[in-house]
Amino acid sequence: MSASGESGTAVSVTGASKQFAPLVALGDRIAAALGGSVERRSVRAVDDVSLEIARGETLGLVGESGCGKSTLGRLVAGILPPSAGTIRICGEPVMSQGRRPRKLTTRVQTIFQDPYASLDPRMRIGTIVAEGPVHHGLVASADAAAYAARWLAKVGLDPDAVPRYPHQFSGGQRQRIAIARALAMQPEVLVCDEPVASLDVSIQAQVLNLLLQLRRELKLTMLFISHHLGVVRHVSDRVAIMYLGRIVEIGPAETVYARPQHPYTQALLASVPQLVLDGDAPGSFRPIAGELPSPLSPPPGCHFHQRCPVALPRCSIESPQLRDAGPGQAAACHLVASR
Amino acid sequence: MAEASPLARFWQEFRENRVAVASLAVIVAIALVALLAPWIAPQDPYDIGKLVLADARRPPGHAGSGGYVHWLGTDAQGRDLLSAILYGLRISVQIGVAAGAIAFVLGAALGTTAAFLGGRAEMLVMRFIDLQLSFPAILLALVLAALLGQGKWQIIAALVTAQYAYFARTAHGAAAAERAKDYVEAALSTPMPARAVILRHILPNSLPPLIVVATVQIANAIALEATLSFLGLGLPVTEPSLGMLIANGFQYMLSGRYWISIYPGVALIVLIVAINLVGDQVRDQLNPRLKR
Amino acid sequence: MTAPVLAVRDLATHFFARAGTVKAVDGVSFDLAAGEILGLVGESGSGKSMTGYSLLGLIDPPGRIVAGSIKLAGQELVGLPQAELRALRGRRMAMVFQDPMTTLNPVLSIAEQIRLAIAAHERVSPAAARARAADVLGRVGIPDAARRLDAFPHQFSGGMRQRVAIAIALLHRPDLIVADEPTTALDVSIQAQIIVEVRALVRDLGTALIWISHDLATVSALAGRIMVMYAGRIVEHGPIGAVLRAPQHPYTQGLLGSLPSRAVPGQDLVQIPGLPPSLAALPAGCAFRPRCERAAPECAAAPDQATSGSRGWRCHRPLGAGAA
Repeated sequence: MSASGESGTAVSVTGASKQFAPLVALGDRIAAALGGSVERRSVRAVDDVSLEIARGETLGLVGESGCGKSTLGRLVAGILPPSAGTIRICGEPVMSQGRRPRKLTTRVQTIFQDPYASLDPRMRIGTIVAEGPVHHGLVASADAAAYAARWLAKVGLDPDAVPRYPHQFSGGQRQRIAIARALAMQPEVLVCDEPVASLDVSIQAQVLNLLLQLRRELKLTMLFISHHLGVVRHVSDRVAIMYLGRIVEIGPAETVYARPQHPYTQALLASVPQLVLDGDAPGSFRPIAGELPSPLSPPPGCHFHQRCPVALPRCSIESPQLRDAGPGQAAACHLVASR
Repeated sequence: MAEASPLARFWQEFRENRVAVASLAVIVAIALVALLAPWIAPQDPYDIGKLVLADARRPPGHAGSGGYVHWLGTDAQGRDLLSAILYGLRISVQIGVAAGAIAFVLGAALGTTAAFLGGRAEMLVMRFIDLQLSFPAILLALVLAALLGQGKWQIIAALVTAQYAYFARTAHGAAAAERAKDYVEAALSTPMPARAVILRHILPNSLPPLIVVATVQIANAIALEATLSFLGLGLPVTEPSLGMLIANGFQYMLSGRYWISIYPGVALIVLIVAINLVGDQVRDQLNPRLKR
Repeated sequence: MTAPVLAVRDLATHFFARAGTVKAVDGVSFDLAAGEILGLVGESGSGKSMTGYSLLGLIDPPGRIVAGSIKLAGQELVGLPQAELRALRGRRMAMVFQDPMTTLNPVLSIAEQIRLAIAAHERVSPAAARARAADVLGRVGIPDAARRLDAFPHQFSGGMRQRVAIAIALLHRPDLIVADEPTTALDVSIQAQIIVEVRALVRDLGTALIWISHDLATVSALAGRIMVMYAGRIVEHGPIGAVLRAPQHPYTQGLLGSLPSRAVPGQDLVQIPGLPPSLAALPAGCAFRPRCERAAPECAAAPDQATSGSRGWRCHRPLGAGAA
């Protein structure tokens, strides 16, 4: 373990950006070679994001579709290389640089959204769980089955799952298998990308409880990505709100939910229907006006200014930086500074 | 409770189609008699010294001078047709399986690797294969056979060159689809090395369409070899394959000596149809879109 | 209350698969008044979608309605020939699906799709159809509707497409709309917009709406009444506030407890143990019994419907007045 790994920061993201260049059609490329002008628009899925997650902390990452939260998760997990900036896990870079970037560390593992797609359908459960640990020498291949059975037991599955195939399990059970696979690598950091979004309500609770219990037991650091504000509030110590590639607000979960500073956070929180238990009137909530702009051509300045009820003229020109907005809280809004 | 492996489940379903099972039995029987031909054939048709011209062009059932009955007659050189067909099938099966297997391995490796690497390498390889596939396989095989000359391995080389592209394209399509799936991403993010991900995850999941292509292409290889031999570009005259037997008998067709062409032709058709029937069932089972 | 627009009695829809009979809907009864919004809640496999499909006669073999009656404004729908059902669908009753692209044709402009949907049931001139299309799209909250009529579905966002699907469902002012998870695939902020618009539309047009969802919070924001389904049966129903405040069936209580927004952050959620049962092999008696903490010997017999005022439940051991 490196010295900086003991410093208390498990994840550090510095100025990370990720651009996706759309494939240029052959005809367009020929046109470009012949001197024609071809429009090349790239999507900035993650736009200059910096954040840190302390050891043992859970950071919730919330946002609507296309906001870049999954891409940021994939950068942290070492699935995608960043276009710019660095990502370190326990002080070590996640990926190698170069033409074919390679993931360097096993200290960060990922749980994916769809447990029907994330397990190899032709592999037995035991092999799925033990494949990585055997390759990385965490366990001898002779002990692989017992090792897999132990982790399966930890996620609440019977050891007789070892010789079976994924199709014999329900969605919730598959997600448990995916959790066992990730944890069998003995990571420090777990990136959970919408881990319960495709599960039924009653199964969601089971899987969330399991994650919470394993986090306590194994002292895991988590980046928990979800579009569901309630789920994120439940599991997170701190939350970060993303909008069109940028973090617009970050801070302790309790304060951000109670006193959101960014107008987008405020609008997002207000737009969620709450379960009403007092009186027979339908729940109170207020939708955000307008549509999400296309990530291909985000509005200039503050990306939210077109939908913002309190936008100033400068919001459409100058893009605001994250500023302190309370203890541990920061928001990227021009109005925050004047408060 | 250990669960039946995918292969065992596949076989259980395969068994339900009686035509496919019968076809498989035919293939196995043909393969067996073809491989055992040197021991069960009454005559060695390649040994020119044993051929008796007096027995040439005799009809089926003729009791030859060798002391045994020519159940399927004899050809223009006095070869026992039954023996010649058994030896011909031996060549067909050997060439079909060898060409199919080599093309399978080559094409699968190329297509899968291209799909995994992506980018420029993928584009170059796949465009070249598209280009090659725009020529008919028979044309390519003819040119290659003419260039390489006669002989079993020359024919196999020609067939592999003509056919690997089908495997490569299929492998590329399947592997590209698998490459994009979460379980591949999960393996890569463990991280597992690229080679392990290709061999352990992408390839096994790309196999179903490749196996379907393989059954079709083995049948095609057998037919192509027969075509080349029929045209005189295949094996040497001293080792007549089914295609050459048919070609040799062709001139006698109208003079009533039908058996010289017909029986080798029937053997060829039975083999190819059986392979295709098995292939159809395999395709139906492996193609999820055709499932209920 | 006036006569109900929709009266369903003992509806049963079974699927006859090789592996056995799947009782997707197993004896469902309820009434629905004009302008009423009913939330139909359950997990996947609970039969909530199949109930909706049954109402519109959209059950395909190997499934079929094996028993019961569905009366839409007094007219019996069960046993009606497909041609007559088709004539009713789109005009007197309509469906909105989770994925709007199941309704929208990708190669036709929005205006043309709406014209076809109108022309399916009445004669209309192209100009009149266009005017009506612009009007109905405006009603579902599509800004600048007249200008976007000639757009194609792929040029719309998911939320806009779902609005178009809702607009098409509303075209003939049907008596009944069944919406199957219509906002599940949409973003939180878009979901809220659609709920607000649907609420207003139902109030204005007096259409009866069945909103099928797994999300209790969405349903609570929209519906006046709720039905909770489990294993093909309605286990609890009643006015939404009363049911959510004091659920009687342990399953309803379990669903509520498993919502993270109601729990103390970081604390374990109340979870329902086990898995939903396979509809092909339901446990005898109360289907929830194997997962129920309150299960007792009498639960081995199927519970009858108990009613109290506007509420009802199927449970031998309901939670009683004080439970929440």
